[in-house]
Order: sequence, then C-alpha cells, then structure tokens
Amino acid sequence: MATTRRDFLTSAAATAGAAMTSDISQAHQHEHEHQAVPSDPALRVKSLESLLVEKGLVDRAALDALVDAYEHKIGPRNGARVVARAWSDSGYKQRLLSDADAAIAEMGYGGLQGEHMVVVENSAKVHNLVVCTLCSCYPWPVLGLPPVWYKSAPYRSRTVIDPRGVLREFGLELPEDVEVRVWDSTADLRYLVLPERPAGTEGMSEEALAALVTRDAMVGVAKVSVSKEGTAR
Amino acid sequence: MNGIHDMGGMHGMAPIVEEKNEPVFHHEWEGRIFAMNLAMAAWKWNLDASRHSHELIPPAEYLRMTHYERWVAGLVELIVQGGLSTRAEIEGGVPAAGSVKAVPVLTVDKAVALVAKGVSASRNVPVTQRFKVGQRVRARNINPTGHTRLPRYARGKVGTVCLDHGVYVFPDTNAHFLGEKPQHVYSVRFAARELWGDQAAPQDSVYVDMWDDYLEPA
Repeated sequence: MATTRRDFLTSAAATAGAAMTSDISQAHQHEHEHQAVPSDPALRVKSLESLLVEKGLVDRAALDALVDAYEHKIGPRNGARVVARAWSDSGYKQRLLSDADAAIAEMGYGGLQGEHMVVVENSAKVHNLVVCTLCSCYPWPVLGLPPVWYKSAPYRSRTVIDPRGVLREFGLELPEDVEVRVWDSTADLRYLVLPERPAGTEGMSEEALAALVTRDAMVGVAKVSVSKEGTAR
Repeated sequence: MNGIHDMGGMHGMAPIVEEKNEPVFHHEWEGRIFAMNLAMAAWKWNLDASRHSHELIPPAEYLRMTHYERWVAGLVELIVQGGLSTRAEIEGGVPAAGSVKAVPVLTVDKAVALVAKGVSASRNVPVTQRFKVGQRVRARNINPTGHTRLPRYARGKVGTVCLDHGVYVFPDTNAHFLGEKPQHVYSVRFAARELWGDQAAPQDSVYVDMWDDYLEPA
C-alpha cells in the first residue's frame, strides 16, 4: 500500500484517545497523560459511524447485530461445553482432536475466526498454551472476543520466550519435567486447549463439568480446578 | 515488516494485568468500531490488509494505543486508501456535497451469516507441498518491508514440520492486493532452545504456522 509512515502518524495521532490505559502498562499511564491527544475516541467513532451511515456504506442495524452477537451470544461458555463433552464422551474427544471443525460444529458452534480449528490436549506431562505474537488471533466461536491481557504487549512478547514465567504470573507453577508447547497463531488456524479433567469430578454431569471450565484454561494459562469459585474468567 | 507488532521474544513490557469479570467491550465505541471494521471489510479489503493497516501505525503510537484505538486508526486508513471516503469527510463527519449515497454491502442478514459461517482463507486448489510431515526445515531469513506473518524470532531457525494444514491464501501478497498465491501451511515445531538458547527448558517448544514460501529445506 502507498501509505507513508508520515501520513500514518498524522492519522494515527488524530485517532488515538487518551482516555484508556495503553498496552504498555496501566501503572505507566500517568506518564503519557501529558501527550496531547486531539480527539476523544468515543466522539471520533460516533462521527465516523454517522458519516458511514450517511454515505450508505454501513447499515446501522447490521452493526447492532454484530455487537449483540459478541456481547451476548458468543463467549467462553461455548468452549466450556465442548470441553465438558470431550471429558464425558471419549468418542467425541477423539473426533475433537482429529477433526476439530467437525466436532465443534456438532455442538452447533463455528464461524468467524474459528473457520479452521485445532484442539490440543493438556495432560500431566504436556502443557499447551496459545498466543498470537503478531496481533490478536483467537478462536471467537468457542471463546468469544479475547480479553485485554491476551492482546497486550506483555503477553504477546513473553509467552514464546518465557512461557513458564508467564504461567507463573497467572499463578500456575508447572513441574520442571512437564513439556510446555506454545502455539503461536500466525496463520488461519485457531487453537483451543483441551484442559486436563480435574480429579474429583467423576460422575459429574456434562453441565456441571462445563461450569468448571474457565476461559483461561482453554487458552492454557490456567488449569481447571474443582475448588475454584466462579466459572467464566 | 519489522514492526513493533512483531513482539515475540521482547522483554520489558511490564507485568500481565488480568481484569476480573472483564466486559466484552469496555466502552460502547469499542463495539461500534469492531462492528464497523467487519462491515467495511465487506466492501473491498481483506483481513490481511486490515492487519497490515495496524502494523503501519508508528511504533510509539502502536504501544501507546489500546487495541481498539488501533482498529480506529487502521479503519480510517483503509477507508481513505480504498477511496470510500475522503480524509476531509472523516474529519468533518459529514459527506462531501454532491457525493452519491451507496447501498450498504453488509446487511443484517449478511452480518448474521458472516458471524455464523466466517470467511475461510482455505483454498481447494491443487498445490504441491514442498515439505512433508517429519521433515527438518529452516525458516527463511527474509525481511520484507510489507506484510508478513513470519515472526522475526523464528527467522533462520530450524524446526520440524508437524502438521500440514492444507492450502491457504498467502498473506504477504494478499494484504497488498497482489493476488492470493495459495500454498500449503504447516505447523512447524521449534525447540525452545533452538529459538532462545540454553535459558529455555530442553523439552519445551514453540509451534509456528508457516506458509510454504517461508521455509527452505534444512
């Protein structure tokens, strides 16, 4: 594309907002407040939307439908149901590991940013975790949109070079002999971690199991535990 | 391009901050710009071009911006370069006098279908794979100024092909509207020690998805 860095700087500075914390660190935010930012992103986005509607380039109702889908319909509960079924049904688990797209579709999930899925299984000996070092690739149909930390510079930079340190930041200390596999989502494949089923869950219903499965466990930055209070992290 | 977005392996980015009970969007405008990116892409560009528009944000700005602020900056550039609106219109928030009103491409029905079906970059065309599962390969040492999905930390490193994912559109050309150049994508396993030296645990590894053009026999 023909854009020069200078053009881009002008435009980028005009679109940046000071209202939110940056990727660098929330703690460093005060250091950036002196940087003059000409426009509030809320106003800028509102103005852009009204222009695009006025020009007939976007349909406001279509935007509403997209926001509604990701705010209310698609999220990590989908992935949790997939995991719970895999824990409960060994045939399903085999299908999930060998043809994730078809197995996830069996549960009624699929679509944008999950067109081509790979499921990787954690065990007592192997721990998988998923990152996108280059941007923010994430399996939307099963996990929803990614949390801020997943898209942040600290997670994107360190996960490939120091996965055990990153896991420690999340409170997970892995034994030395466990093999850590990091999956960098650089292409069109989207990765879902099948966490280890925790001990003490024998005989639990699929629904009860699904309630234990957290988003973080399906990214690979946590394990599933029975004692943990609450579910969706 | 060797931009700040390619940050795998960097130090000094501060601790990871996890927010409890995080909302999907922190502000209403984040949801709107998210949706506008999807709706506008239906006009004339692709995800690769959209990613590249974020990479072109100057490094200091990129780091200072939040995720969705980048989506604002990137979308504005794509709209202007795509000739769908002028910078003056965007600054003013109103269409230029006498401009012709279009009909939105992404209707509600199409938005619902987009979410449910997605947009596959897989291509059902016969392309010969140059590499086989189990083969030792080296990631090429390339430094293109345009878009690429070959991260710097893997360039020049030797790994093993673990999976052949099939044939996909090549982002390095597609982002620049230079054709899809479909080719095989492989999952390549790099030993953590090959990438980072002895500080890494001997059994750990990083799997990187690699297009055929990124690889050479090792």
